[in-house]
Amino acid sequence: MAKSSIKIRAKAKNGVVTVKALISHKMETGLRKDKKTGKVIPAHFIEAVDCEQNGSAVMNAEWGVAISKNPYLSFKFAGASGDKVKLTWKDNNGKSDTLETKVK
Amino acid sequence: MQRRHFLKNTMATGAVALAATSGLLVPVQVLAWNKKAFDAKDVQGAMKGSIGTELTEASDKINIKAPDIAENGAVVPVTISSTLSGVTSITILSEKNGTPLIAKFNLKGKAEAFVATRIKMGKTSNVIAICESGGKFYSARKEVKVTIGGCGG
Repeated sequence: MAKSSIKIRAKAKNGVVTVKALISHKMETGLRKDKKTGKVIPAHFIEAVDCEQNGSAVMNAEWGVAISKNPYLSFKFAGASGDKVKLTWKDNNGKSDTLETKVK
Repeated sequence: MQRRHFLKNTMATGAVALAATSGLLVPVQVLAWNKKAFDAKDVQGAMKGSIGTELTEASDKINIKAPDIAENGAVVPVTISSTLSGVTSITILSEKNGTPLIAKFNLKGKAEAFVATRIKMGKTSNVIAICESGGKFYSARKEVKVTIGGCGG
C-alpha cells in the first residue's frame, strides 16, 4: 500500500491537544507555466481539510491556492491522551486521503 | 533569462491568466468550495464572499505570528491565536495576493482559537486575520515583507 500522504503528531498537555499535520501535496496555483512547453500548469490544490475528534468535527478548513506546497497545519482543541484524531483532505480533482491517529 | 522573462510575463498577463484559470476550474468544481470568495480579486470581495461582510472590528486580542521579512514568499509560516472567547472561525487573507483569500478555518466542538500554517504571498503586504466570535468579526493585521514572491513561480 502506498504510504499515506498525511503525517500527524498529536500531543496532549494540560487538557489541550496540539495537532501538527503535514500533508504531501503539490498545491499548484494554476498560475505557473511549464518551462518546457510554456503551457499553464492547471491548478491542483487541496480545497477542504476536515478534522474529527472521537468522531465529531473540531475543524473544517476551506483552503485556496495560497496555502504552501506540502501544507503544514497545526491546531488545538480540548482533549486528552488517547483521543482519536482523524484528518481528511480533499483536492479540486476529487482526490482525497484520510488518516486516523491517537493522541499521545 | 527565461525566468526573468516569465516573471515579467506573469505580471503583465496576470489578470488574463487568472481569468483563464478560473475558466479552467469550472468543470472540476466540486461541492461546497467557496469559489466566489477564493476567486475574488480584492480584499473586500474576498471578505464578503467568505464571511458575508467587509466590516470587522480591529482587535488586539488576535495575535498574528509571522516573520517581519519573509525571504521566500512561497513559504511564509503564519500562526494565528486569539484570546477572544468562543471563536468559531479564523480567516486568513493576504492583502496584495492576486486572490487575497487564503483560507478559512471553521472551528467546532472543543477547538481552541489557534491555527498555524504556511502560506504563499505574492509580494510585501499585510496579512489579515479575522476571528468570528459570537456572530461578530474581529480582525488584526501584520505586515510581512517578501523578498521573492511565491505566486507565479
